[in-house]
Amino acid sequence: MSISYTSDEMMTVAAAGMLWNGAVCFVGIGLPSTAANLARLTHAPDAVLIYESGPIGAKPPVLPLSIGDGNLAETADTVVSTPEIFRYWLQGGRVDVGFLGAAQLDRFANINTTVVGPYERPKVRLPGAGGAPEISSSAKEVLIVVKHSKRTLVNKLDFVTSVGFGTGGDAREKLGLPGKGPSAVITDLCILRPDPVSRELAVASIHPGVDRRTIAESTGWQIRFAEGCAVTEAPGLRQLEVLRDLKARTAAAHGVQGDEA
Amino acid sequence: MAEWLTLAEAVAAHVRDGDSIALEGFTHLIPFAAGHEIIRQGRRDLSLLRMTPDLIYDQLIGAGCARKLTFSWGGNPGVGSLHRFRDAVENDWPRPLAIEERSHSDLANAYVAGAANLPFAVLRGYAGSDFARVNDQIRSVTCPFTGEVLAATPAVRPDVTVIHAQKADWKGNVLLWGILGVQKEAVLAARRAIVTVEERVRTLDAPPNACVLPSWVVSAVCEVPRGATPSYAHGYYERDNAFYWAWDKISRDREQFSAWVQRNILDTRNFAEYLKLQSEPREQATLP
Repeated sequence: MSISYTSDEMMTVAAAGMLWNGAVCFVGIGLPSTAANLARLTHAPDAVLIYESGPIGAKPPVLPLSIGDGNLAETADTVVSTPEIFRYWLQGGRVDVGFLGAAQLDRFANINTTVVGPYERPKVRLPGAGGAPEISSSAKEVLIVVKHSKRTLVNKLDFVTSVGFGTGGDAREKLGLPGKGPSAVITDLCILRPDPVSRELAVASIHPGVDRRTIAESTGWQIRFAEGCAVTEAPGLRQLEVLRDLKARTAAAHGVQGDEA
Repeated sequence: MAEWLTLAEAVAAHVRDGDSIALEGFTHLIPFAAGHEIIRQGRRDLSLLRMTPDLIYDQLIGAGCARKLTFSWGGNPGVGSLHRFRDAVENDWPRPLAIEERSHSDLANAYVAGAANLPFAVLRGYAGSDFARVNDQIRSVTCPFTGEVLAATPAVRPDVTVIHAQKADWKGNVLLWGILGVQKEAVLAARRAIVTVEERVRTLDAPPNACVLPSWVVSAVCEVPRGATPSYAHGYYERDNAFYWAWDKISRDREQFSAWVQRNILDTRNFAEYLKLQSEPREQATLP
């Protein structure tokens, strides 16, 4: 018997699946927070969720609407100041996984959350960096979760806010960044991983029911499919139940879902 | 020693046209009442500093109080854009707004440097990004011991910092808890500091290591219950998420925004009147 689910649920479950039990995870708000909490409530109960507002080991009963919701502080092992979170914990090398979203992403997994159009006269002024530049630099590895579209996966970024693999190849190593960089990009269509040499993102796994043409047409560059490109495992019943329950609790608490932003 | 003043007196005494000013509070304890009072008193040409501009700076920018904004993340948390901030950057309305854009880690480090009376912050950041291309204040320094090249950015030293906290005692010693953001550093980095609090108490009864700002690092303390609304004060009231959503509509349109500021800020005498207005069903009905 097959279970029905949405492409958003597929994306969230696939992203949650990347997080291992015990991982120390620096979590961005929105989709990353949903995925990280789903992981914590299913296969990774000992994952340590860190939010940039200062909570370490947060276990929010519902998804936070903002990065500094009270339930993060109340359920955390400890709450530290913002300078401390960035200085001792992130730059200090204590974070295994940085979990990020993106407004625009390029083939080398560089992220733009600053502007669309020229910086001085932007067509769209986006929120800006937040903690992402240092998360992408200092976390041991980075997971990126985005909805797949030509508007998001673009050929060229208007602004590099947070660096992935720069211009590709060994560009990241040359910059001297401590973390290894993005290990996967999870979308609602597929999972992309960087090529070990060129560091260009290629499709490593396609979500059930999605065809290659849809992925190619939804990507702003000529997307490659990795050798041995597989089909992503469909979400299990338990994961879907926990996710739906989490979202229902969140909607009841906030009047909205936590990742609608 | 901090002086107990009304918020109107504190803003009149300590916030001047042209000042660089930081109103801090990371989602939690955002000093909205003080922001309103600055608008009410018609301050101009302020150079605003804040990691997350939030609704408070959207209001100040839209009301024409600011000439510059230094920030690291400018959105309506959990909702979307700050429309007044975007309109100022994209269309110069109501006046041009110079922006100095940095990252959270940079600004947090820059407040630490300011509090420590050092000229610049050092961090491992920005490598490979486009920030230095658009902000010539983001430079680098070579470690004299290891040769590592690190980002160097100017310390933040506001003329005045404003924060909101839970409690102050009769002497003006301030206690805050929960998500602390950069408030302590922002106060210690500033020349003058105004603190609004939920309540004035006889004694703080703070445990050792609690975040206490002694009276003598604060210029003025003001009792303003619910002064962080629509953000929240841990232990007192929750975040008014509905207002954050409502703001998206209120702020989208220039005329609607201006009418809101007129009715809710300029035409009210203080924050208590604003809160009363907000609690009226008629006013609620204008929210989506």
